Amino acid sequence: MVRATIKGIWALIKGLGVTVRFFFTRPVTMKYPEEKREPYLRYRGSHILRLDEKGKERCVACSLCATICPAQVITIEPGEGNEHEKYPITFEIDMGKCIFCGYCVEACPKAAIIMSRSYELAEYRRDDLTYDKERLIKAGK
Amino acid sequence: MVEFAIIILEILVVFGVLLLLVAYLTWLERKVLGHMQSRLGPHRVGINGLLQPIADGIKLFFKEDVIVTAADKAVYHLAPFIILSTALSTVAVIPFGDTIKLFGYEIPLRIADINIGLLYIFALSSLGVYGIVLAGWSSNNKYALMGGLRSAAQMISYELPLGLATIGVLMQSESLSLGKIVQAQAVQGWFFLPQFIGFLIFFICAVAECNRTPFDLPEAEGELVAGFHIEYSSMKFALFFMAEYASVILMSALTVTLFFGGWLGPDFISCPAWCGPIWFGIKVFIFSFVFIWLRATFPRFRYDQLMKFGWKILFPLSIINIALTAIVMIR
Repeated sequence: MVRATIKGIWALIKGLGVTVRFFFTRPVTMKYPEEKREPYLRYRGSHILRLDEKGKERCVACSLCATICPAQVITIEPGEGNEHEKYPITFEIDMGKCIFCGYCVEACPKAAIIMSRSYELAEYRRDDLTYDKERLIKAGK
Repeated sequence: MVEFAIIILEILVVFGVLLLLVAYLTWLERKVLGHMQSRLGPHRVGINGLLQPIADGIKLFFKEDVIVTAADKAVYHLAPFIILSTALSTVAVIPFGDTIKLFGYEIPLRIADINIGLLYIFALSSLGVYGIVLAGWSSNNKYALMGGLRSAAQMISYELPLGLATIGVLMQSESLSLGKIVQAQAVQGWFFLPQFIGFLIFFICAVAECNRTPFDLPEAEGELVAGFHIEYSSMKFALFFMAEYASVILMSALTVTLFFGGWLGPDFISCPAWCGPIWFGIKVFIFSFVFIWLRATFPRFRYDQLMKFGWKILFPLSIINIALTAIVMIR
């Protein structure tokens, strides 16, 4: 019984030791809007539509991304340019539904769509969650 | 006339400082708890959240005071005042320092050094439990009633060892006056060494007396939502809150006075009489910190464990402590 008592008291002291150790370590939380956590390199944030070296969009409106998208959030309306090349007239991603799986990035044959590391995607209006082509291109600049 | 003015001034200063300390103890608690749980704690209002207690006070003051329709109105309104006034009035006998000379007047650094100081504190702190029981009863809420009942049962199990743990100190100091107890420690050395068991029992019971974790059964939020103060809102809730923190400070002060030499500093540092309140403040701070530390570390006792602990362990231990003290003193 004496042994159990000593063991119990030692357990209490050990508990106190744990809390005091954490008291002197740095907190894991951050002052969020002032300090922002840097995401990992392969973090999947909002999408970017890339441009090629001449400043033209890489996307050829093949719709592979829209096809593979499990959440069906990509809307592409293909059009024909001056030199008979295909390009997207509209390219919309509904961020409200996007599950950030990254399949669109994998599917893209032209590496036109990639994902950024930006994670602050909240909006005041639901409509603003639908990113159009200009916004997706601008995100890459 | 001048003596009278000095007393009035002292009362104002002591209560002002106490209420300020109560406010900032809430800040300290949130900050310390936060860091012990790897969080930051309050940091929005003012530098490091230092204005948080003031913001909380303003918020609580302007909140709607919801009064339960089915409550026993008179008792319902009275309960928070009983608990706060008993908690605050115990500060009257706590000595903060020796008599100092200021502008030619002798100022004793305590409001009243009555010769039954310790009894007075125990009497008032037991009355404080009435506040909790009445609050629980008058709210007409089952959770509040359970909280009040638990508080009553807890009081019975803990007041006894709390009182008995101090008997050893009284035997050594031969006085109930807190000032004399401190003076006895100046001669005999601090009492926590000869009375170590007494000190442990006293401190455990003091935690229970303040309804703090791990003995916060009356407000056990897991089972009783908020316990006895569930139906109180606005400033009435704030009064319960203040009473809890005031009793933390007062129980720390009492522990320091009885076992850690009150206003006395360590022997190797010589310091004039005005150092007394500083030493006292440092010690009280340490014990208040321990209160918070305990809260951050331990889970709540189960109801039957608490009664068992009080009656089967603390009570016999405190009696053994008295017997041991007596034997050592007679030899």
